[in-house]
Amino acid sequence: MDHDDHHDHGSELSEMQLRVRALETVLAEKGYIDPSALDAIVEAYETKVGPHTGARVVAKAWSDPAFRQALLADASKAVASFGLLNRVGDHLIAVENTPKQHNMIVCTLCSCYPWEVLGLPPVWYKSAPYRSRAVNDPRGVLADFGVTLPADTQIRVWDSTAETRFIVLPMRPGGTEGWNEDKLAALVTRDSMIGTGIAKNPQGAV
Amino acid sequence: MDGVHDMGGMHGFGKVEPEQNEPVFHAPWEGRTYAINRALGYTGIWTIDETRAGIESLPPEVYLGSSYYRKWELRLEKLLVEKDLAGSDELKAGHALRPGKALKRTMRAEDVANALTRGSFARPAQAPARFKPGDKVRTKNIHPATHTRLPRYARGKVGVVEAVRGCHVYPDTVAIGQGENPQWLYTVLFDGRELWGEASDPSLKVSIEAFEPYLEMA
Repeated sequence: MDHDDHHDHGSELSEMQLRVRALETVLAEKGYIDPSALDAIVEAYETKVGPHTGARVVAKAWSDPAFRQALLADASKAVASFGLLNRVGDHLIAVENTPKQHNMIVCTLCSCYPWEVLGLPPVWYKSAPYRSRAVNDPRGVLADFGVTLPADTQIRVWDSTAETRFIVLPMRPGGTEGWNEDKLAALVTRDSMIGTGIAKNPQGAV
Repeated sequence: MDGVHDMGGMHGFGKVEPEQNEPVFHAPWEGRTYAINRALGYTGIWTIDETRAGIESLPPEVYLGSSYYRKWELRLEKLLVEKDLAGSDELKAGHALRPGKALKRTMRAEDVANALTRGSFARPAQAPARFKPGDKVRTKNIHPATHTRLPRYARGKVGVVEAVRGCHVYPDTVAIGQGENPQWLYTVLFDGRELWGEASDPSLKVSIEAFEPYLEMA
């Protein structure tokens, strides 16, 4: 197919399919990339890396006070000792929600996000509405997610402007006393670890 | 660079629209674009800051009018041509017309499991940290035409150093080929009213991760 014919009958999607195919072919022929490595990367992000990892970290922090302390002191180290997880980078920071303070994570300049514990960010996280408003209208952003916080809760927004990465440790929902970590992890949503949501209420859980 | 990418505090972009059960990639080309970026990053031909600068310097109408991974793809083409690793004639033809250059390493399928961990950006300190937690600092009013990680909304503002995060690669120099030039990194906390004026939500506090050259004692 001619690379230029998309102007006649293509959507952005088909234009991009052709363009990326051309790019990948050139790079493979030049020996810069191995297409089978690309397959493995896509597979890893589609099937292995994702917010289920962060949810397990949060559930453990809710269950194990020593782990919670270690996580808040040095999240990279605490998560590395957790076992079974993918190794994380060196600059992970966990920030804890309390009745007095709600934390929210943004990257106003690009799309910095803790890939290893949450996977790749959703489109809204990388979008102009979120990046522009999170720092000056976080309550309005929370309303877009259907979340209302008490007026006297302080909102703390963390702009990820360097290589440090942040994960929110949401508040543990009431009515979960005695729950094991697997059951707790099912209450931890991706958005609750970004700070645009709160953990699920146990009545809503399976 | 005072570009359209520096969005903090801008108005008019509308509501945040979460997508239920969003897939990781919305089309196969998005996954390939992501993976090509990771595989090329692994070869060491450019730094993460050069790639960010590559996106920021797309024409503003292209930046605002393109989906996320389309920006990544356009950035790839641009950097490959700028660094003379591929020709625009080759990208147009969809085939290599000349042999590739020798790279330090390439990513094979068996490397992927270990190569997905982010590298460390911490570097040995060149000097003691100038600030400590609790110090009142003012961000500088700087407007470099090149890459910086000090957002516009937080320039010339007074905040408090909350934490020292170690000494890290300095994006402002590494992005323009002037070396890693490691600098101390701080979490600096601002009151919402300092950033947005008296009309700000009084319960709002915002922090940035600020490199030492962005700061002066207030």
